[in-house]
Amino acid sequence: MSASANAEFRTCPETGLKVHLPAEKLIKVNAVTAVIFLAVGGLFGLLVALTRWPAVHLLPADLFYLALTAHGANVLLFWIIFFEMAVLYFASALLLNSRLATPAWGWVGYWLMLVGAVLANIAVLQGDSTVMFTSYVPMKAAPHFYLGLIVFAVGALIGVFVFFATLVVAKDENTYEGSVPLVTFGAITAAVIAVFTIVSGAIILIPTFLWSIGLIGYIDPLVYKVVWWGMGHSSQQINVSAHVAVWYAIAALVLGAKPLSEKVSRVAFLFYILFLQLASAHHLLAEPGMSEGWKVFNTSYAMYLAVLGSMIHGLTVPGSIEAAQREKGYTHGAFEWLRKAPWGNPAFAGMFLSLVMFGFLGGISGVVMGTEQLNLLMHNTLYVPGHFHGTVVAGTTLAFMAVTYLLVPLIFRRGLVLNKMAQWQPYLFAIGVTGISLFMMGAGTLGVARRHWDMTFSDAVVSVSYPAGAFLMMGLNGVFAVLATLGGIFYIVVVVASILYGPKLGDKAAPKPAPAAAPRPAAIASYGSAGTLKLPGTAILVTVFFVAFVLYYYVNWKYLAALWPMR
Amino acid sequence: MAVTPPTNRVWWNEPVEKMELVWVVIAFLWGLVMFATMIVWHIVGQQNLSTETYRIKPEAYVAKVEAMAEKFKVREEGSTGIPVVKPSAGSDVYLLGRLWDWWPILELEKGQSYRLHLSSADWQHGFSLQPVNLNIQVHPGYDHIITLTPTETGAFGIVCNEFCGIGHHQMTGKIYVVERR
Repeated sequence: MSASANAEFRTCPETGLKVHLPAEKLIKVNAVTAVIFLAVGGLFGLLVALTRWPAVHLLPADLFYLALTAHGANVLLFWIIFFEMAVLYFASALLLNSRLATPAWGWVGYWLMLVGAVLANIAVLQGDSTVMFTSYVPMKAAPHFYLGLIVFAVGALIGVFVFFATLVVAKDENTYEGSVPLVTFGAITAAVIAVFTIVSGAIILIPTFLWSIGLIGYIDPLVYKVVWWGMGHSSQQINVSAHVAVWYAIAALVLGAKPLSEKVSRVAFLFYILFLQLASAHHLLAEPGMSEGWKVFNTSYAMYLAVLGSMIHGLTVPGSIEAAQREKGYTHGAFEWLRKAPWGNPAFAGMFLSLVMFGFLGGISGVVMGTEQLNLLMHNTLYVPGHFHGTVVAGTTLAFMAVTYLLVPLIFRRGLVLNKMAQWQPYLFAIGVTGISLFMMGAGTLGVARRHWDMTFSDAVVSVSYPAGAFLMMGLNGVFAVLATLGGIFYIVVVVASILYGPKLGDKAAPKPAPAAAPRPAAIASYGSAGTLKLPGTAILVTVFFVAFVLYYYVNWKYLAALWPMR
Repeated sequence: MAVTPPTNRVWWNEPVEKMELVWVVIAFLWGLVMFATMIVWHIVGQQNLSTETYRIKPEAYVAKVEAMAEKFKVREEGSTGIPVVKPSAGSDVYLLGRLWDWWPILELEKGQSYRLHLSSADWQHGFSLQPVNLNIQVHPGYDHIITLTPTETGAFGIVCNEFCGIGHHQMTGKIYVVERR
C-alpha cells in the first residue's frame, strides 16, 4: 500500500488494529447524529407516557397524536438506523483492518439520511402528518412526510452498499485471515435484511407519495399493509441482527469471550435472513382477506426457525461469557461466573440486561402475539407496544447504549467521565423499560387500546369503561417511563460530556475497568470441541427461560378458550 | 473472539458441543409444537377468526347497514338518538365503523349465532369488544363476516383501537346481549 494511503490510518493501541480515519469519522458522525435523534424521540416518548398516565393527562388530543407520531419516527427509525450505520462501518472497516470502500458515498448516504429525517420531522411538527409511524392508508399525510422517509431510506441503502463494498475491498486486499469475525457476520446479516427492508419500503412508499400528490387515485389498504410490514417487520429484524452482533462484540471486548461454536452462531444468524422475510403476516392476523393457511405458514414457516435463531443466541451469548469467566477461575457453583461478572462496567451491565430482557419480555410476548388465534386477544391493544418496547428498547436501544461506552474510548479516544452516573445508567434505564413493557402488556391484557388519548372515553356519546386495574397499570407505566427517561438522560449526559471533556487518550490504551479483559488465548482455543468446559449456569438460565416460555404460551391459549365462540 | 476471525480456519468442521446440540433440538421441537398447536386449534378450538371476506364499495356497505337498522330497530339508546337494532338469531348483522362511531347499537341473544359483518365507511378502524377483549381489524372496501356466539349477557362496549384521526378516542359503540326468549 502506498504511503499516502497509510497516512489515512492510525494504529489502535487497544487492539493493534489499523483504524481507517475516514471510516472513523463516519462512525463518529453517524453515532452522534443517532444520539441526537434519540434525545428528541425520547422526549416525545415521555410526553406520550405522561399523557397516557390518567392522573397527569398532559397533552391535548391533537398534540398527543402528533407527539406519538414523532416518537415512533425518531426513535424507531432515525436513532436506530443512524446508529446501525455506525455499527456497519465499525464491523467492516475497523474489525477487518481495512479501509472503507468509498467514504465519499458514505457521506452522500449520511446527508441524504439527515435531510430525509429532518424533512419528515418538519412534516410531523407542522401538524398535518399525524398518521402514526405506520401511516395506514387511506389516512393521508403531507407529501413531504413520505418524501422524507424515502430520501432517508435511499441514504441508508447507500450506506449499506458502502458496507458491502468494504467487505469486497477487505477480501481483495487480504486485510484479514480466514473468515470474517462473527460480529461482522452478524452485521452482514443485518445489511442483507436491510436491503430487503428498504426495497419493500420503496415499493409501498413511492406509490403512497404519488397518491399524496394526486398522481395515483387509490391504494388498497390491505395491500398497503402487506407491503408496508415487509419494511416494518423486517426492519426490526435488522435491529435484532445488529444488537445480537453487539452482544457478541461487547462479550468479546470486555471479557475476551469467544463463541462456543462459530458454526452454530453463524447458522443462527442465517436463520434470520432465511426465515423472516415475509414477516408482515404477523401484522395481518386480525385482518380480513387472508387465509388461515397463509397466516399460519407465514408467521412460522412451519417450524419457527427465526425464533430458533434467537433461542440459540440466547444460549450461546451467556454460554460464551460463562466459558470465558470459568477460564479466568470463577468456577465455584453454578453462578460464581455471573456474580463476579463486571457489573460495574456499564458496557457489560447494559449488554447482559439487554440480553435477558429481550428474551423474557420481548421474545416470549412476540411469539405469543404472533400466534394466529392468540393475536385476537391483543391485536392493537397496548400489549403490542408493551411487546416491542421489550424488543426494540430493552433489546436494541439498551445494547446500543452499552456499546457506546466502548466506542467512546475506542473511536473518540476519550476516557469516560461521570463514572458513577455511567455505572447506574443501564440499571436505571432497564428498570424503567421493564416497567413500561410489563405495564403496557398488562393494560393490553385488560383491553386498553394503543394510540388512544382518553381511556375514560369522557367525550364519547356511548360510554365504555375499562377495569380499574387498567388505570393503575397506566399510572405505573407513567412512573416507569419517567425512570426510563432519567436513564436516557444519564446516557446522553455521560456520552456528550465524555466526548467533549473526557480525558484525551491519545495513542495510549484506555484504563481497563476491572476485572481485566485479557483472555489467555491458549486456554480458550478449544471451545466448540470436546475440550469445552461444562456450563451449568447457562443451562439453568435457558431452562428457566424455556419453562417460562411454555407456561406463558399455554396460559394465553387458556384465555383464548374463554372467548366467545367464533368461526 | 467474536471480533476477530475464527481461530480455527476450518470452523465449519468443528464438532458442536453436546449442550448446544441439545438446546437446538429442544428449541426446534418446541417450534414444531407451536406450529402444530395453531393447526390443532383450527380443528378442536372454538375461537378461529373467519376469513370470509368480500370486496364491497363503502357506499354499498353503508346502504346495507342502514337497511338492516331500519328493518330491525327496536328502540333508541337513551337520548342519543342512536338506534338499537335487534336482528333475528342466525341472520346477517351489519356493523359500520366510521369517523367516529360504531353504528348502530346491536342487541343479540345469548347462545345464538350471528353472521356479524364488519367494514368501514372511510379509514381503517379497530373493532375491540370490551371487556371480552376480542380485537379485529376493519378495512374500508372489505366486508368481513364472522359467525359469533355471545356466551354471556350484559352491555359490552366497542372501542376503536386503530388510530383514525383526532376523534379516534371518541369512537365507541355497544352490543347488548340478552337472555334467549
